Amino acid sequence: MPRVLLIEDDPSVREGVVLGLRRRGHELRAVESGEAGLAALGEFRPDLVLLDLMLPAMNGVQVCRRIRGTSQLPIIMLTARGDDFDVVVGLEAGADDYIVKPARTEVIEARIRAVLRRLAEPAGRGGTEIHGELAVDRAGLSVVKAGQSVPLAPSELRLLLHLSASPEQVFSRQQLLEYVWEHSYHGDARLVDACVRRLRQKIEDAAGSPRYIQTVRGFGYRFGPLG
Amino acid sequence: MRLPAVRFGLRTRLVGAFLLVAAISAATTATLTYREARSAILKQAQDTAVDQFRDRIGAQAVTLPMDEEQLRRACRSLAREGKPHPWTVFAEYGTLRVSSSDRPTSDVVTPALRAAARGSAHGSFQRVVKDGVPWLTVGMPALVDRGDGGQPTGLVLYAVMRLSTEEANVEAMVTAARDGALPALLIALVPALLAARSVLRPVRDLRRAAAGIGRGELGTRIEVRGSDELAGLARTFNDSSTKLQESVAELRQAEARARRFASDVSHELRTPLAGMLAVTEVLDEDAAQLNPDTATAVRLISTETDKLAALVEDLMEISRFDAKAADLHLDEVDVAEAIRKTLEKRHWQDRIRRELPDGIRAMLDPRRFDVIVANLVGNALRHGAEPVTVRLRTERRGTTDRLVTEVLDSGPGIDPAVLPHVFDRFYKADAARTRSAGSGLGLAITLENVRLHGGTVHAADGPAGGALFTVELPLERPSEPPLEGPSEPPSEPSLEGP
Repeated sequence: MPRVLLIEDDPSVREGVVLGLRRRGHELRAVESGEAGLAALGEFRPDLVLLDLMLPAMNGVQVCRRIRGTSQLPIIMLTARGDDFDVVVGLEAGADDYIVKPARTEVIEARIRAVLRRLAEPAGRGGTEIHGELAVDRAGLSVVKAGQSVPLAPSELRLLLHLSASPEQVFSRQQLLEYVWEHSYHGDARLVDACVRRLRQKIEDAAGSPRYIQTVRGFGYRFGPLG
Repeated sequence: MRLPAVRFGLRTRLVGAFLLVAAISAATTATLTYREARSAILKQAQDTAVDQFRDRIGAQAVTLPMDEEQLRRACRSLAREGKPHPWTVFAEYGTLRVSSSDRPTSDVVTPALRAAARGSAHGSFQRVVKDGVPWLTVGMPALVDRGDGGQPTGLVLYAVMRLSTEEANVEAMVTAARDGALPALLIALVPALLAARSVLRPVRDLRRAAAGIGRGELGTRIEVRGSDELAGLARTFNDSSTKLQESVAELRQAEARARRFASDVSHELRTPLAGMLAVTEVLDEDAAQLNPDTATAVRLISTETDKLAALVEDLMEISRFDAKAADLHLDEVDVAEAIRKTLEKRHWQDRIRRELPDGIRAMLDPRRFDVIVANLVGNALRHGAEPVTVRLRTERRGTTDRLVTEVLDSGPGIDPAVLPHVFDRFYKADAARTRSAGSGLGLAITLENVRLHGGTVHAADGPAGGALFTVELPLERPSEPPLEGPSEPPSEPSLEGP
């Protein structure tokens, strides 16, 4: 069962989430500050971080950036609806998904499973595909660009795998939310846009004129054509 | 009965009144002056004539009795000396009637003058107008002075003269008055306009300021000039608008406080709810092993926590609309697909009749559109009766396309008394039912979401009964995809500060 690090300053939320997730068999470590969370990373070695955005001292967005500086660990933000700006900043900082509080344990667990599935479930075909300078290893879940390994967060990798599996096919944001994030059709399209932006910064030569992840105005995104 | 003057503007009336006053003053002055001057001119003329006539008669050697020939000579002699007015002299002596002219008697000498002349030693005069010609007639008895102041001789002499020069002078005066009055009135128009302007400026200011207040510019004030009635009015106006501004500011503050309070309360409720909601499943799962009473209590807490969480979410949502903090995250959406997904998410797809033509794409906020449709369909299922129909179409209104979504149920329709309130917050159509399945905010949130999209939502009875909710949103079609080449996403959230 996955090991989850919960960084949450409110005791009742912390206790509630810990209780709910432990009963479902997750191994949990709960800390109350960003600093403690960063300290627990090395020792606890979690599979996933549940990160409250509103933390005292170092806030969730800063914690997220610090984690992304060294690792592509799955990160799910806990947020309140209405903290829209924080959500966008958190997504830009590299979070894979977010959960709006208050949420039932089953919702939290479903998101955890979805994020981890992106890593655990390799897309059907094995072997390495070459797209221009990009080498995508579907079995090994790694991406190499011009000989250099590209570290991708789980959501970024999953999005790239999904799009590149059907080159030149256009996917709407709602479809990508359903397929990649396992959200409802009416989910937050900003997840997709933020993830696309992060992915472009990592794999495109110039993020402003993307070659691999292209926008199809009025419809969504597609992979290529590389032309 | 309205006076015609009421139809004229204030300026016209002011200038009119001013000119009327000027005209009356001018006319009065002219009339009085004319009368005084006329009587002075005439008086001088007649005094001169009377004195002269008396002197001439006194200088005339009168020897009595006289015969007709002597008398005529005397008359002619007197007539020659008539200066500056030539006069005609008539004499009456007993039955003798002679004159310096061809006619022995004058027809302008009246019996009244005759009587007066005979009675008075100093003579009399009279002004007579005959056939439009003014005459001065002077009657003078000839006296015999024997050292006793003079005795009447029975001879009475009359001088009759035309007052043509005086008449011409008076005529000239009338003409001068008439010719002077018109330019004077025209000149009076200038100060009249200036006065009207200075009186009307505060009135104009007042009108402008009142219009400003009406537009909601409550800071509008009038400059107070002087200390007249209009200045007082301006002061009153300023005081009133200050008070109005204060009241409005107070009301707005109270409203903002109330809204902030609702927002704060729901914020504060959310954190404990997050903890509680995370453990409700523990309660649900373990309830079966508890004794029946505890199990019921535990399940009640679990269910109510869910409802409370939904209510707090709705309250937060409403607070954000009130604080104008609700954002629209537009995305290109296949509308029929979005509605189908909304129904599927809530397992309603088999209960709802769908008339959803494919191929309608629009720029919408998918989450908010989901809320709109879900609240309307949920409302129809709760308060109406099945079957419920969701219908989608586009309509052209003038130059804009509208996206029309209808939700129609088969219930009894909406009570006309309830109809105006269906979108009110926490409005309960049935007073006996204190709690409904929803939060009581569903339709209010729908209304706000529709407004946020720039659309309208309308409740009415359907053509065949049942409640019909119609949502009209402006239809912004996503632009067509380019054939080739990469481009940027159309609506990326900005990362620069809020």
